[in-house]
Amino acid sequence: MNLVIGALVFWGAAWWVNLRIANGRGRDTRAARLAVPVLFGLTLLVLWEGLVRGLNVPGVILPPPSAIATRFAASLPILWVDFVQTFVKGALSGYVIGCGAAVATAIIIDRSPFLQRGLLPVGNFIAALPVIGIAPILVMWFGFDWQSKAAVVVVMVFFPMLVNTVQGLAASTAMQRDLMQTYSANYWQTLLKLRLPAAMPFVFNGLKISTTLALIGAIVAEFFGSPIKGMGFRISTEVGRLSLDMVWAEIAVAALAGSAFYGLVAAIEKGVTFWHPSQRG
Amino acid sequence: MTEPVITAEKLDLTFQTNDGPVQALRDVNLTINKGDFVSFIGPSGCGKTTFLRVIAALEHPTGGHITVNGMTPDEARQSRAYGYVFQAAGLYPWRTIAGNIKLPLEIMGFPKAEQEERVKNVLQLVDLEGFGKKYPWQLSGGMQQRASIARALAFDADILLMDEPFGALDEIVRDHLNEQLLALWARTQKTIGFVTHSIPEAVYLSTKIVVMSPRPGRIADVIESPLPRERPLEIRDTPEFIAVAHRVREGLRAGHSYD
Amino acid sequence: MNRILPVLTVVVALIVLWYLGAVAMNAQWTRDQAARAGQELSFTGIVADTLSQDRPKLPAPHQVAAELWQTTVQKSITSKRSLVYHGWVTLSATLLGFAIGTGAGILLAVGIVHNRAMDMSVMPWAIASQTIPILAIAPMIIVVLNSIGIQGVLPKAIISAYLSFFPVVVGMVKGLRSPDAMQLDLLKTYGASGGETFRKLRLPSSMPYLFTSLKVGIAASLVGAIVGELPTGAVRGLGARLLSGSYYGQTVQIWAALIAAAALAAALVGVVGLIQRATLKRMGMER
Ligand SMILES: Nc1ncnc2c1ncn2[C@@H]1O[C@H](COP(=O)(O)OP(=O)(O)O)[C@@H](O)[C@H]1O
Ligand SMILES: [Mg+2]
Repeated sequence: MNLVIGALVFWGAAWWVNLRIANGRGRDTRAARLAVPVLFGLTLLVLWEGLVRGLNVPGVILPPPSAIATRFAASLPILWVDFVQTFVKGALSGYVIGCGAAVATAIIIDRSPFLQRGLLPVGNFIAALPVIGIAPILVMWFGFDWQSKAAVVVVMVFFPMLVNTVQGLAASTAMQRDLMQTYSANYWQTLLKLRLPAAMPFVFNGLKISTTLALIGAIVAEFFGSPIKGMGFRISTEVGRLSLDMVWAEIAVAALAGSAFYGLVAAIEKGVTFWHPSQRG
Repeated sequence: MTEPVITAEKLDLTFQTNDGPVQALRDVNLTINKGDFVSFIGPSGCGKTTFLRVIAALEHPTGGHITVNGMTPDEARQSRAYGYVFQAAGLYPWRTIAGNIKLPLEIMGFPKAEQEERVKNVLQLVDLEGFGKKYPWQLSGGMQQRASIARALAFDADILLMDEPFGALDEIVRDHLNEQLLALWARTQKTIGFVTHSIPEAVYLSTKIVVMSPRPGRIADVIESPLPRERPLEIRDTPEFIAVAHRVREGLRAGHSYD
Repeated sequence: MNRILPVLTVVVALIVLWYLGAVAMNAQWTRDQAARAGQELSFTGIVADTLSQDRPKLPAPHQVAAELWQTTVQKSITSKRSLVYHGWVTLSATLLGFAIGTGAGILLAVGIVHNRAMDMSVMPWAIASQTIPILAIAPMIIVVLNSIGIQGVLPKAIISAYLSFFPVVVGMVKGLRSPDAMQLDLLKTYGASGGETFRKLRLPSSMPYLFTSLKVGIAASLVGAIVGELPTGAVRGLGARLLSGSYYGQTVQIWAALIAAAALAAALVGVVGLIQRATLKRMGMER
């Protein structure tokens, strides 16, 4: 019971501190912007730990963070193998192929307004569908190993990426294109020097959306069959054995990988589209 | 000094729009000589932009005839005859000022060393030395517009076409840029076509003022300016200047039908 | 209007590609069968066979259409083999979850906009959570709730709620913050209270943003419900149809379930779109 009370007291204290910081004078400093969410996250962890231990919640329902951390540290080799299988082989290769194919397709159909008018609504439509459902089919076609996971990822990222790139290629203004025309620039010069750079904010928007989709696709596809490694495989088998600390450790890896992947793409975006108003602010 | 550069004869241009045809230009006859500074003035929608775009082969007339340096506008464009300056500077935000000025040079295939040389020269011409490494958004509106003029000058086009280049700037900056533009024109001996809404600006800058009227767009009056080529800002208070301005205003009023 | 022809062309092209793919992918099996029987097959024979196999690698569109017809129109909707039945199971979880997730999301957004501490604490996590494959926790939620006796629609709805929650929070916060300083100052000069400002300015301005996230949210909810049906070896729902199809190699069944899920998603997003049009029109914000 003391643990529960302790956790609640910590919550109250942390909340009070956050209120003080958020309404205090230094609230717009970098430190405050970092401290408040970190303290909030820490509070959640303390509450979780305190409540689970204090109320004796069984580990098969919700293990405390400390148990998850212990398990995480003890299972690094397995987690690493799963990470390589699912993220590096499945998600990353599918991401590269899918995004690359989408950009290439966008450039190929760029010269045909007819195809664009046809493909854009279809692409938008497909992008809103539960594409993940195609996973069982692709697992049948490409086998249990990472190739089928990569294929799922390719299908999942292709259409959002295509739609964004086509929109991006249309993003230059009429005036900018007229200017190129007064120089008698040809199609490829206009594409390379004007339209592709102008498309970059859109392309990166697609690339960012696709990072999350890629990881989801690779993990969920493993629910339909996989070799005896991989994050999705581990999650579904360990859930079956009710060793939830391992499941949570795997989820922590997924969360870290997901945000690191996104962060990396966002950092590259910052470098490439430094000129865009949204990046200057 | 009366070598014709642009001759338009009986030019017609009709846009086909969803609401039916719009006649933007009707029976436009005009000769522009080498070294002229020609202003186009008139109310919105009278076809000033359209006429400039026809000269630069961005639009094609539906009737009549136009030659530039004895060629069709398309051929003239191929021979790099035009430097075009739009109302907005339209610099590419992902390129530095120097990079923006290099853009036409890269497209036209100038050698690398010459590109650097030319960038340096035109930056000097528009008074922007030292700003080559800056990005457009780091500059004021007036400086951006000067950079876009530098970009139009970089490849030594014979003809500078400017569509309300200073329209978005405040009056004080505008005066300053007008003075600089005149100095530039005196130094480079270019032929300039200049669209404006402002009577004082047109009279101050031009050797020839073309007054246009709308619906359909046509030329209402062509005024040869009696002012000397050498023009300090104070010239705007002289009786000669006021007389020309008066005639422009009369021409604009005659073209308007307030019914 | 001038979009119909291109879209139709693309759709027809996709169907043609689908048929070509079916012939190409199923031909191997056809040839093997013929070789085993010692038969010599003509080209037309091969094509005809590839389009009518029982368990093709890639079923032809008309096979999927026939399966859809049989499992929707020709089965009573209470039958275990009716896609309408399975679709309803998934749909009910989707809608329940979507309602919970949206409601909670809007409430949290209002809290965030009105409380700086909450904004600074929660918002970074809400944004970061969108980069995390949340779907990975679906199996755990199902199994854990199952073990404490919660079964049926609720566990799936919780996953759906979770998936639609964050897009709604982020979109709604953006929307509630969309009025600019001038608009807010104007209301201040009228002496409007915080509540009035909220009702008369912030809430209406947030609608376009809200609906954009609702479209994302409902699509995510459906995915959540489908994936929520996978881990328990569930026997009901579109996800269960996908899973059992993949166990038994019933490719036609998988494709039929897939098309049904796609139709459901399109219908849901379409309905949200219609509500959006009607609402924005009534508010005079139609674009
Ligand atoms: N691309 C176009 N399509 C249809 N109508 C146009 C187009 N460009 C200009 N117009 C019409 O032609 C007329 C002249 O336009 P413009 O040359 O832009 O006038 P100005 O520059 O003098 O304001 C206007 O009535 C305008 O609406
Ligand atoms: Mg104009």
